[in-house]
Amino acid sequence: MRKRKYIIRGALTLALIIAFLALLQRLLMPKYVDGIVEGAFVAEYYKEEKDHDVLFIGDCEVYENFSPKVLWEKYGINSYIRGSAEQYIFQSYYLLEDALRYETPDVVVFNIQSLQFNEAQSEAYNRMSIEGMRWSPSKVGCILASMKEDEHFIEYVFPILRYHSRWKELKSTDFEYMFKTKPVTFNGYYMRVDARPAENVPKGKPLGDYSFGSNAWKYLDKIRDLCAKKGIDLLLIKAPSLYPYWYEEWNEQCETYARENGLNYINFLDITEEVGLDYTTDTYDGGLHMNLSGAEKLADYLGAYLQKEYGLEDRRGDAHLDAIWKEKAAAYDAEIARQKELYGLE
Amino acid sequence: MLFTSYSFIGFVLVLSFLYYLVPGKHQWKLLLLGSWLFYLFSGPWNILYILTTSLTVWAGALRIEKGYGEKKARIKELKKADLPADEKKAAVKAYKQKQEKDLRRLFTLVLVFNLLILAVVKYSNFFISNINGLLGEGRQLSLLSLALPMGISFYTLQAIGYLIDVYRETIPAEKNFFRFSLFISFFPLVIQGPICRFEEATEGRLFAENPFSWKNVSFGLERILWGFFKKLVIADRISAAVNTVIGDTSTYRGAYILFLMLMYTIELYADFTGGIDITIGVAEMLGITLPENFKRPYFSQSLKEYWRRWHISMCSWFRTYLFYPVSTSGPIMKLTKACRARFGKNRGRKIPMYVSSFVVWFATGIWHGASWNFIVWGLLNWAVLMISEELEPLYARFHERFPWAEGRGYQVFAMVRTFLLICFMNLFDCYARIGDILSLLGSVFTAGNYGAFFGGGVMELGLTGLDFVIIGLGLAVLLGVSIYEETKGSVREMIASRPYLVRTLVWTGLFTLVLLVGAYGAGYDASQFIYNRF
Repeated sequence: MRKRKYIIRGALTLALIIAFLALLQRLLMPKYVDGIVEGAFVAEYYKEEKDHDVLFIGDCEVYENFSPKVLWEKYGINSYIRGSAEQYIFQSYYLLEDALRYETPDVVVFNIQSLQFNEAQSEAYNRMSIEGMRWSPSKVGCILASMKEDEHFIEYVFPILRYHSRWKELKSTDFEYMFKTKPVTFNGYYMRVDARPAENVPKGKPLGDYSFGSNAWKYLDKIRDLCAKKGIDLLLIKAPSLYPYWYEEWNEQCETYARENGLNYINFLDITEEVGLDYTTDTYDGGLHMNLSGAEKLADYLGAYLQKEYGLEDRRGDAHLDAIWKEKAAAYDAEIARQKELYGLE
Repeated sequence: MLFTSYSFIGFVLVLSFLYYLVPGKHQWKLLLLGSWLFYLFSGPWNILYILTTSLTVWAGALRIEKGYGEKKARIKELKKADLPADEKKAAVKAYKQKQEKDLRRLFTLVLVFNLLILAVVKYSNFFISNINGLLGEGRQLSLLSLALPMGISFYTLQAIGYLIDVYRETIPAEKNFFRFSLFISFFPLVIQGPICRFEEATEGRLFAENPFSWKNVSFGLERILWGFFKKLVIADRISAAVNTVIGDTSTYRGAYILFLMLMYTIELYADFTGGIDITIGVAEMLGITLPENFKRPYFSQSLKEYWRRWHISMCSWFRTYLFYPVSTSGPIMKLTKACRARFGKNRGRKIPMYVSSFVVWFATGIWHGASWNFIVWGLLNWAVLMISEELEPLYARFHERFPWAEGRGYQVFAMVRTFLLICFMNLFDCYARIGDILSLLGSVFTAGNYGAFFGGGVMELGLTGLDFVIIGLGLAVLLGVSIYEETKGSVREMIASRPYLVRTLVWTGLFTLVLLVGAYGAGYDASQFIYNRF
C-alpha cells in the first residue's frame, strides 16, 4: 500500500515536472511572428487542407518569388510553397517526403539554387527549416542529413537545450504566441510590396571548381526518384534572382541533368523579358528577391507553362476550393493594403 | 567524452540502467566493459596505455607478493634446517638480502617503466624545449607529436600507489587482472580523480554486488546536479572572461590581472569541485563510495590547512608515496644526522624535512603540468609553507599576547589572507612563461588602470552585467551551502529530511536553474575540465 502510494506520488511529480519543462520549452522557443519570420513557414503547411496540384520546394527563391494566389486566380492551380530560408537540397528532399505523406500533387517545382551547397552551412537555417516539421521518419532523416559537426540530435528533440538562454531576450510575443501562431505566409508565399531597384549587381568571382558536390547530386536524384515513384512530374527551375551569382557552368550542369533525366528545366534568368520582369520595380532588395509585382509576374508565366506542359486542370468552380481561396485572397489583399500603408505606397 | 556532454549523460544513464539489470556478481564486469568503452571514446589507441599500466602493475605486484611468500617459506625452511646457529643465521640473512634485492629490482623496474610512459608522453616536449633553449637557434630538436592519453597523470599515480602498497605489504595483491583493471580504469575516476587507493575502492564497493537503492540513485543524481551547477553556471560562465584576459598579455595588464587572479581562483574551484561532484555522484548512483577530494578549501586559515582541504587525494598520495619514502631515504637520514649534530635537535629535524618537502613540491608542480610555471608554482607553495613553519613560534607569541586574535573576526581575516595568497599563486597556473607572469605582476603596481573595475573595462571581457549577476548569485548559493556544510553537515541530508514537496521544489529548482542558466550548447564553447589537462 505504502509502495503504491510512493509510485503514484513519484509518477505524478514526474508528470508535473515534465509538463513544467514542456511549458518552459514552448516559452523559450522562437515564435517567428515578427522580425525574422522565416522560421514559421515550415509549420504553417500542416494547417493547410492538403489537396494541392503543385508543390514548390526550395529556399527564398521560391517563397518570395511566386504568388500562389495568382496561380489560382488566373489558372485555377491550387499550389503551396514548402520553402524555408536557405533550404538545403537534402532538406528540400525530406520536406517533400514529409508533404507526400499527406498528399500527391501533379507537379513538384524545385528551385535548384541549393545545389551549390553540398552540406549545411548554418545551424540557424537548419533550425528554421527543421523545427517546424512534425515528427516523422522524414524529420529524423532531415535532422541527420542537416546537422553540422557541433550540432546535437538531442537538441532537436528537446529544443529547450538549444534555446535555454533565450530567457534573456523574451518579448511579449513569446508569451502571446506560446500556444497559438499567426500566419505569416500566403500558401507559403512571403509577401513584400516595397521596391528597391537592382543596381550595381556584383559579378560572381571565378571559382576553382564549378562542379556541384556529390551529396547535392545524390539528393537531387532522390527527389527525382521520389517524384517518379509517386507519379509526380518534377520541374526544375532557377528563379530570376540576380545574386547570389548563378554561374553559367552551374546552369550547364543543370541543363545536362534535366536533359539526361527527361525533366523540364526553366532558367528564369534567361527569360526575364519574356516574363516581363523589370528589375527597377519588381524586386524589393536590389535583385535578390522579387516583390509582389515580380512574384505575380513569375506566377503568371509559370501558371501558363504548367498548364501547357503538364496539362493541369483549371479547378476554379470547385465550390470548396473557391471558398478557401476567397478567404485567402481577402487576407492577401489586406496584407497588401497593410504593407502599402507601412511603406507609404499608393 | 566530456562530463558535461550529452553523450556522457546518455552513457551514464544507459550504463546505470544495465548495471541494475545484470545479476550483482556481474556488475563490476559491466563497469569494466563500460570503462574500457569510455576510454575508447577518447581515442582508440589510448586504451593501450592504460592497459599496459594495468597489466604491468598487476603482474608486478602479484610477482612481488609471490616473492614475499617464497621469502617467508624459505626463511622458515632455513630456520628449521639442521645447521649450526651462526651458519643458519648467516644463510637466512644472505637469502633475505638476495630476495629483497630481487624484489626491489622488480618493484623498481615496474615503477620506472610506468613513470617512463608518463614521462615520455607528458614531459618529452618539456625536456626538448629546455634543451632547445640551451642549444640556441639553428640547432633545434623537433618536438614530438604525442597525444596525452586521457587521465594518464591520475591513473599512473593510482597504479603506482597500489604497487607501493603491495611492495610495502600494506595490502594483498589483487589476483584477478580484470578487477585490477577496473580499479585503474573506472570511468568516472579517469578524467580527474580523485586518486583512489585500492582498499578505498574495495571498501567503497567497486567490486561488490550493489542492489538498486533509491537513496543511492537519488543522492547520486543530486550530487551530479550540484556538480553541473558549479561547472556550468559558475565555472564555464567565468571562463569566457578568464580566457580573454589570459589570451592577450599586452592588453590585459594591471587591474585586469587582479581581476584574473580572483576570477580564475573561483573558476578553478567551481570547475574542479564540480567535476569531482559529478565523479562521486556517478559512483554513488551505482552504489559505490569514492573518497571526498575537497573540504571547503577556501575556508582555510593558512596554506597548510588549505592543502589538507584541497585535492585531498593528491596531497595524501604525495605525502604517503613520496614524502615519507624521501624523508626516510638514506641520503636524508644522513642529512638529518649531520644537521642534528651541527644545528641541534630541533633545527636538525627541520632542515631534512624542508629538503624532502622541496622534492615533493617540485614533483607536485611538474605533475600539474610540463612547464616551468607549474614548477615555480609548486616551489612557491613550498616556500610559503616553509616560511610559515619558521614563523610558527612568532605566531604563537602573537596569539598569546593578543588573545582577541582567536576570535571570529581574526579567523575571517586569516581566511581572506589565505584566499588572496592562493589567488596570487594561481596566476602561475594561467601563463606558461615565467617572464610574462613577472611582468604582469609588476603591471599591477605600474599600469594604474584600476578604473577598469569601475569604468566598464571588466565588462568588455566577454561577460555582460547579467553574467556577473548570475555569477554573483551562483556564488552566493555556493557560499551558503559551503557555510552550512562547514558548520552543520550535509546539505543533501538536510534537504532529504524536509517534506516531499520542499525536496521536490528544491531539486527541480536547481535542475531548472542549471538548464536555463548553464553555459552550454550553442553560443558557449564546450569547456574541458581544467584538471583534465593535468
